[in-house]
Amino acid sequence: MAQEAAVESSNNGGSSKVTSPSPSPPPLPPRRNVSSDGPAQVAPAQSKPTTAVSSIDISTLSFPDGSRGTFSTSLPRESFTPNAGAYGTPSREAAAEGNLADAMSVMSFAPTMRPHGDLASLVAGGLNRKSRAWNMLRSQSETIQPFESIEFGAPGDLAGFEREFDEIPDDKADDVRMDMWKAKMKHYMILSSAGKPIYSRHGDLNLVNSYMGVVQTIISFYEGAKNPLLGFTAGNARFVIAIEGPLYFVAISRLGESDAQLRSQLEALYMQILSTLTLPTLKNIFIHRPSTDLRKPLEGTESLLSSLADSFTKGSPSTLLGALECLRLRKSQRHAINNVFLKNRSEKLLYGLIVAGGKLVSVIRPRKHSLHPSDLQLIFNMLFESGGIKSGGGESWIPLCLPAFNNRGYLYMYVSFFDGTPDAAFSPESTHQPTAPEPSDNPKWGNTEEQQEGGIALVLISADKESFYDLKEMRDKLAYQLTKAGHLSLIRAAAREGRPRVQSIVPGAHIAHFLYKSRANVQFCMSSLETLSRSSSSDTQALPPPAEMSSSEQPKRLLARRRLMSLYHELHASMHAKHAHLKVLHAVGEDAASLAWITPVFEFYCVAGPNVSRAAMAQGANRIIQWAKKEEERLFIIGGGVF
Amino acid sequence: MADSSAPKPSSSVKLVLLGEAAVGKSSLVLRFVNNDFQENKEPTIGAAFLTQKCNLPTRTIKFEIWDTAGQERFASLAPMYYRNAQAALVVYDLTKPTSLIKAKHWVAELQRQASPGIVIALVGNKLDLTEDGTGSGGDAEDAGGEDSGDARKISTEEAKTYAEEEGLLFFETSAKTGFNVTEVFTAIANAIPETSLKTARGPGASHAAARTEEQRVNLNGPRDPNAKEGCAC
Repeated sequence: MAQEAAVESSNNGGSSKVTSPSPSPPPLPPRRNVSSDGPAQVAPAQSKPTTAVSSIDISTLSFPDGSRGTFSTSLPRESFTPNAGAYGTPSREAAAEGNLADAMSVMSFAPTMRPHGDLASLVAGGLNRKSRAWNMLRSQSETIQPFESIEFGAPGDLAGFEREFDEIPDDKADDVRMDMWKAKMKHYMILSSAGKPIYSRHGDLNLVNSYMGVVQTIISFYEGAKNPLLGFTAGNARFVIAIEGPLYFVAISRLGESDAQLRSQLEALYMQILSTLTLPTLKNIFIHRPSTDLRKPLEGTESLLSSLADSFTKGSPSTLLGALECLRLRKSQRHAINNVFLKNRSEKLLYGLIVAGGKLVSVIRPRKHSLHPSDLQLIFNMLFESGGIKSGGGESWIPLCLPAFNNRGYLYMYVSFFDGTPDAAFSPESTHQPTAPEPSDNPKWGNTEEQQEGGIALVLISADKESFYDLKEMRDKLAYQLTKAGHLSLIRAAAREGRPRVQSIVPGAHIAHFLYKSRANVQFCMSSLETLSRSSSSDTQALPPPAEMSSSEQPKRLLARRRLMSLYHELHASMHAKHAHLKVLHAVGEDAASLAWITPVFEFYCVAGPNVSRAAMAQGANRIIQWAKKEEERLFIIGGGVF
Repeated sequence: MADSSAPKPSSSVKLVLLGEAAVGKSSLVLRFVNNDFQENKEPTIGAAFLTQKCNLPTRTIKFEIWDTAGQERFASLAPMYYRNAQAALVVYDLTKPTSLIKAKHWVAELQRQASPGIVIALVGNKLDLTEDGTGSGGDAEDAGGEDSGDARKISTEEAKTYAEEEGLLFFETSAKTGFNVTEVFTAIANAIPETSLKTARGPGASHAAARTEEQRVNLNGPRDPNAKEGCAC
């Protein structure tokens, strides 16, 4: 952290416009000693020290015992403050205070986006003593949904995000392609320490080869000085570097993520590579030939890396929280499914999972082994995000390494999808089973984000590479029994139902979306994303014109999701900043208000319209948390089936 | 499907697809099993197992197809898939010379290591990229072809001669258009010697059986022993 700070501060102090990511070696900025370089010393380098103070006033309201509580409404209420609000979301201020790494990314925003006033003095002077007109106005505007103002105003810092995932065409001139490449808001690059390119999310490697060379030069310069470079800022892009053995990972983000968040994304890409090769193989390759082109051994996994990378760019609550999402089921139903699962267990089985649309339905595992979320993330990515397995049809038998379980060897994964057709729900035996009445209205699927995420998959993992037929037999038995008992149609119905809407949990609350993570279970639940992208709750005043909705539905949904996730990322970064010790954070911006609340039991994040008062948010949050507590055994898998 | 017709002797045949990455193995299988085609299909990971019936006049062959991934790192797993296989499809890409070299390696390995009676078919895929595939007027797409004005890099004669030398079935196919795909599998089904087939119960016989769990397991019986041989030894 301190190194980054040093680089950053000198970047900002030395030359105000840093556009090139490559400092020419001789006049390298003087780097401070790590030990003596605490955050406090660097802080003065920030150009707007007042923000660091004001965020304390705004955000900190602690609950020492971790118990539920409500906010005191007598506290100064900050609300819709048109001129005080920075363009972006407000927790940036808090981030600036909490974590220097974040401060760096804050610094990187173009100054025009941050019309800084002295926020503290604004709050102190007058805004907390609102005129009656203000209050009346605000009571009218509580129903404004988050991010709505942005839809009609300037496109903001996510301009061009809808083209983020477009391929860079091969047939254009190089400079055109380079411009398109530079327009991407997020890049991931992987290269070997010898400078051989391995992977780049955007652009073919020929296009970006020279940049890879630059990156390699910069990183190895610091490596050589035994003072590894962790990150730097250029313009409004944050570069984060992770070095894993012989591999360099670089994330370049203009989405305002924190260093810690980018680092965990790079870690996931590394895990994907390990999952393909295993650690000993990776090491061996480079010990014997440091200049090896790793693209060959990794051939065919580019799509896995890309789908993983894209899920981060779109915004993945699962990665952000480091937790899993489960399918909501009655406790008794989940128990019954676990029991069928356990009863049909093959001797060769190590782990068994039933997954519906990226949400875990049931797990069985040996007593002494549990499954790590990062391993499950790799599996889910393979099954649901990248099309390789699902599109092929049939059953798959996949050697893979689960690095968090054991990074030294392969396990073998049997995958079969129970798809809508009764035929496929069974063994591909042509004997038609009288399948339980399953409304397989597949044409209607794909309407909502939740349902796009795919079918029901059975995943059986064994350490024995010859156990395919054993596991297949287990699957056939399971499929038969799960169908006969109606479990499969139940799972299908629950998956189709999707995530709950906030309004169905706490009617009348003004909260638009929430994330709730159960810390003990390392699982999370969230409300439907639909309400955000459609603003469809009945009391909404400003419905987007229907024509606009249908024509640009997909990009708008992407954008709405990214805005939401950016806000969550900022909240999360502020809450988890080193030395922040925040329990509750409430932030209001021009486009949305947000609340984060952390106790030893849970982490809770929610977003509401910009004019919703803190008291209203706190009340809504309380009710959702009560709901989550009550529903705990439905929302989360507690223990799972153990053998 | 045709199950409702009078039961014919039915038997399963283990078939493995081998070949370089991205020659179209999965696409051939997808065309054969689902009569479908996907542009820009993502690479297979590990291997996929699919089944499809092939009706011959006198009997029904149920193919148990192992569609393997072509990447080099999966090569060491191949013996698991071709062991006890009665048929193999070795696929190359008509527009890519190295893929035929790889195919020849696979043929050699199969002849050395697989069951002695294995029926091997050499299949040149992506015929739609060549002039024969697109028909007379189809020279629009290929900038890469020099001599004949299409993308073909491996002549039919060259591959056919090799196939005859090695005693392989030979086809040129297009998974995209579906040309010759079913023919490959039918030819293999016909080429499997009657004696090497384990006759199973006709599927119609067990179809009406009551469904207790035991029967459900038995129902898989005819195939499982067969399969286990292929795997557990």
